[in-house]
Amino acid sequence: MVQKIPKPIYDEESRPFWDGLNNGELLIQHCNSCRENIFYPRSICPHCFSEEIQWSKASGNGRIYSYTVVHQAFGPYKEEVPFIVGIIDLDEGVRMMTRIIGERDQIAIDKQVSVVYQQIDNDFVLPYFRLV
Amino acid sequence: MKSERIAAIVGVAESDLGKTPNKNVLQLQAQAAKAALDDAGLTKDDVDALFTAGNWAWAPNLMLAEYLGLNTKYMDSTNIGGSSFEAHVGHAMAGIQAGLFNVALITYGSTNRTNPMKPTSQAPLTAQYEQPYGLPGTVGSYALAAMRHMHQYGTTSEQLAEIAVATRKWATLNERAYKREPIEISDVLNSRYIAEPLHLLDCCLVTDGGGAVIVASKEVVSRTKKRPVWILGHGEANSHNTITNMPDLTVTSARESGQRAFEMAGVARAEIDVAEIYDSFTITVLLTLEALGFCEPGEGGAFVSGQRTAPEGSFPMNTNGGGLSYCHPGMYGIFLLIEAVRQLRGECEMRQVNDAELALVHGTGGVLSSTSTVILGRD
Repeated sequence: MVQKIPKPIYDEESRPFWDGLNNGELLIQHCNSCRENIFYPRSICPHCFSEEIQWSKASGNGRIYSYTVVHQAFGPYKEEVPFIVGIIDLDEGVRMMTRIIGERDQIAIDKQVSVVYQQIDNDFVLPYFRLV
Repeated sequence: MKSERIAAIVGVAESDLGKTPNKNVLQLQAQAAKAALDDAGLTKDDVDALFTAGNWAWAPNLMLAEYLGLNTKYMDSTNIGGSSFEAHVGHAMAGIQAGLFNVALITYGSTNRTNPMKPTSQAPLTAQYEQPYGLPGTVGSYALAAMRHMHQYGTTSEQLAEIAVATRKWATLNERAYKREPIEISDVLNSRYIAEPLHLLDCCLVTDGGGAVIVASKEVVSRTKKRPVWILGHGEANSHNTITNMPDLTVTSARESGQRAFEMAGVARAEIDVAEIYDSFTITVLLTLEALGFCEPGEGGAFVSGQRTAPEGSFPMNTNGGGLSYCHPGMYGIFLLIEAVRQLRGECEMRQVNDAELALVHGTGGVLSSTSTVILGRD
């Protein structure tokens, strides 16, 4: 049996994010009280504890904050190595983990990237990023 | 140094280490607990507080207390990863100072090598924003930090390898160490990549093993067997849970926990004779040395160069051979305490640091997520 990629457990907080990806949108949150952007999705602002939070569409553009080339992985990822996992600073000022698509030699910290919607399963899309 | 004496570590012991296919986590903890009480000259009946951390039961303290036949006044199951046991020492001192109990038994046991964790098929709660990308959680997270440090400061793989080589030299002097054959910097660099820039020999071992530490009040210390190792300072801090949410991949919360511990102890960094610093990966040590203030941010690579932390070096560190070469069953923090106590008692034979009076013990938990610093000293 092929082991599948661990699937998010959608809940009230996270569902809009995952639904957004299915619709080709990268959603983050915005706090109407302290004006900070927020990722990952929460029901309370981690900066000011306000509950006045709304969803907003991110540009999908950012820079590589760090990355690693994975040579030993487990479970469903075992056969995929080597692959690149990175942390992206989105232009909106929030960070997210992702897969970076591109040639190993071209990948570097601080390089600009943009989102790619990667279909994993029929209702499961992950936001990967590639160099621009 | 502060003169007030509140609590001391009076007993330490390991269980069987390495591969223990015939022992479960309760056996390992029982074995270590009995040996640590013997080491202290105390008995089971003296124990009135129980501290443990693990994910082998829904309420580990309850299972362990029942198994050991203990009914204590106080329990603490703080689990902040590998630094939990340094936190336990601080919490035990606080409890003793508050008059809540007199003798705390702190234990750990793991069969991580014999029974490794299995990959999960679901990503709940905040794990759903990281797990689907396939990063091998622990090593991958530390690799992200190492890559960033290299980018920001020009730190090299050779400099990280200095730590692995120096730590292995200490392991050659410790007959309980799992890996004892000497290695060179080229061996580290030529070992396969696990997650760039970390090679296999930048990574800790995966072993079984357990340990126990007995913390006692000043009153109890007068009737223990060996000379006490006083808890002079303690600090605790955390900065994130998931690596994506670490504010700065090059700065750990050791900056805060270390500062708190040094202030409480009233000692200067230069006074530390021996350091036991959590080495899940070479980069863990380098970041910690910077954050604790033994060198400036970005200078960790230069600091560890020239085998400074090796037996012949000027900064004796991880003198049992560390998580890199001696033993690492998942949450290594208790073994740092055990080694520091033995160094301060002068029990380390071939690997003894001359006249060690002050030791720094520093645990790191999660993915650089939590830190706890303890400063120990002898009379």
